[in-house]
Amino acid sequence: MKVGLFIPCYINQLYPQVGIATLEVLEKLGVEVVYPTGQTCCGQPLGNSGYEDDSKGICQLFVENFKEFDYIVGPSGSCVYHVKKHFDILEQTEEVIRVRKNTYELCQFIYEVLGKTDLGASFPYKVGIHKSCHGLRGLRLGSCSERMDDHYSTEESLLKEVKGLELKTLNRVDECCGFGGTFSVFEEAISVKMGKDRIQDHLDSDVEVVTGADHSCLMHLEGLINRNKQPLKVMHIAEILNSSI
Amino acid sequence: MAHADEAAVFNKDEAKVDWHDKALWFVRQKRDKSAHNVKGWENLRDLASAIKANVLSNLDGYLLQFEENAQKNGVTVHWAADAEEHNKIVHSILAKHDVKKVVKSKSMLTEECHLNPYLESHDIEVIDTDLGERIVQLAQEPPSHIVLPAIHKRKEEVDVLFQEHLGTKPCNGDPQYLTSEARKHLRDKFLKADAAITGVNFAVADTGGFVVCTNEGNADMGAHLAKVHIACMGMEKLIPQEKHLGVFLRLLARSATGQPITTYSSHFNKPEPGKEMHIVIVDNGRTEQLSREDFRASLHCIRCGACMNTCPIYRRSGGHSYKATIPGPIGSILSPGIDLKKHSSLPFASTLCGSCSDVCPVKINIHEQLYKWRQVIVKDVPQPVVKKTVLKIAGSVLANSKMYSFVGKSSRFMLKHAPRFLIYSKLNAWGKARDLPEVKNENFDEWYKKRKKNE
Repeated sequence: MKVGLFIPCYINQLYPQVGIATLEVLEKLGVEVVYPTGQTCCGQPLGNSGYEDDSKGICQLFVENFKEFDYIVGPSGSCVYHVKKHFDILEQTEEVIRVRKNTYELCQFIYEVLGKTDLGASFPYKVGIHKSCHGLRGLRLGSCSERMDDHYSTEESLLKEVKGLELKTLNRVDECCGFGGTFSVFEEAISVKMGKDRIQDHLDSDVEVVTGADHSCLMHLEGLINRNKQPLKVMHIAEILNSSI
Repeated sequence: MAHADEAAVFNKDEAKVDWHDKALWFVRQKRDKSAHNVKGWENLRDLASAIKANVLSNLDGYLLQFEENAQKNGVTVHWAADAEEHNKIVHSILAKHDVKKVVKSKSMLTEECHLNPYLESHDIEVIDTDLGERIVQLAQEPPSHIVLPAIHKRKEEVDVLFQEHLGTKPCNGDPQYLTSEARKHLRDKFLKADAAITGVNFAVADTGGFVVCTNEGNADMGAHLAKVHIACMGMEKLIPQEKHLGVFLRLLARSATGQPITTYSSHFNKPEPGKEMHIVIVDNGRTEQLSREDFRASLHCIRCGACMNTCPIYRRSGGHSYKATIPGPIGSILSPGIDLKKHSSLPFASTLCGSCSDVCPVKINIHEQLYKWRQVIVKDVPQPVVKKTVLKIAGSVLANSKMYSFVGKSSRFMLKHAPRFLIYSKLNAWGKARDLPEVKNENFDEWYKKRKKNE
């Protein structure tokens, strides 16, 4: 099994530690991982802003970079969702279809494809999960509070096996954080208010570390936490799964 | 003003935002509890969605069937192509009977057609009899929610409003006192009305009857007391058979307020002897929406308002920020179909979180339609130059590995070394309330290359 490591643009540039943790977690699981240099972005910022047509070159480059792999795995639910859902703007060649089908969010890949939950990690902190919307309602990484399905959560399944980790339950288990890509800038007031409310929920729930499978939401929350000097740390789930504290 | 500007104004009073958010979240939680009590809730949603899809695919046939059966029952059926024609038809019926006073139960369609001001300009008094609607009518405001029209008002504000208009005593917003005074006030209006206007929740094609759902019984009070009953409906309100009410009535009230069923589900089939019953079937842009494949399913809507209660943006920006008859997520996919330019900011008033689509009892893919409207809007409505330019350039840069690598490096260099006042300037909307991420010495690309070299 050959896995192509998909590191979304903002993680590449701003959060290399998340990319490193992702790679190391996959290697610990015995997977052969290759990082195709020359990858850029999935095109989501354009698509979500209405400029889907201008993103075709980006999408095509993504397919070009990843077409050789059995699986494509990335630490961002929303970018993976974009590839799976919105690459319908490309001509549906065999390559495009294969890439869309085989692209996985990291937790989903570990849980569904590799069938693993215990990665031997330890992380003795109180953790709250931010269930990013595109992961939750797009990729169905877990059951969402709106639907009357049986409860499941891929992230919870993985975090429950982490030694010493205490998972905290929030008051609103899956409300949006307000990032929303360019929404965060063009609807600044609401975006900030939504983020503040999410953070308060974690604080009220006695959380020390906020984690999630989508670092763009976490970037937004971290920006607010740092500005307001709040006692919360933000870490991507890959960093926790890669911890041995 | 665009939605973002309206929302920013609403957010100046954070305590009010918190109150508004909690009030609606409470309704959403009631809905969750209530839906959990129904075995096979998700199947019901599938069924409702399929029935509506069937209705929309065969709308012409169902409409004619409904008209024929309603006529057999002694009901007069009218067809209105648009809001203007609808208003004229309603007025002509009222004029024929020399009606001067009308009571109206809740109808978003008549809001959409701006019927009240039209009738008022013809010296006809129109009283909204739903309590929430009466409150906003007295305040001369549009409803801010389709099920809870006055949800933006605190009880203390209603107290003041009633003192001014109904002559009530100051009561610190005592709901019991205020509703009993409203009741007295409305009783008088019901007794004096010459005609009643109602909306239609469901029109049954194979019987020609229709169902109106209220919690206050105000549709019945109006319709039974007045000599003329006019029911106004959007042409998508049809269901094929009466038995399908078993699907929709179970979903509607639970989704709307968490009640198992509305207090009154009133079935109207034919006029009482000596009285008249009219139905006005309105298109007003619905045929056009039906013709748009990507947006057709928006016509499944049964107006429960669940998408508003669940929407984290609606809860924090208030219904009036949408500047549309139907606010919230469903309004944001319906309104652009009516006036694209006027409502062009609405599909962007969303994080595309998808909660609306999962809560919707008729499974409208609301967030996917919001995404689709965005693609239409940037082509058909002029966009801010900066936004457009930045995104178009991003399109070229991100499609080119070398250029991306260069821009990535230089941007990080800038972020790391530029002085704080420059980075956190007025142009940086992100940085107004949020810190930017701390820039590391290398990006993942560089780290990976180094690691390869050392292997």
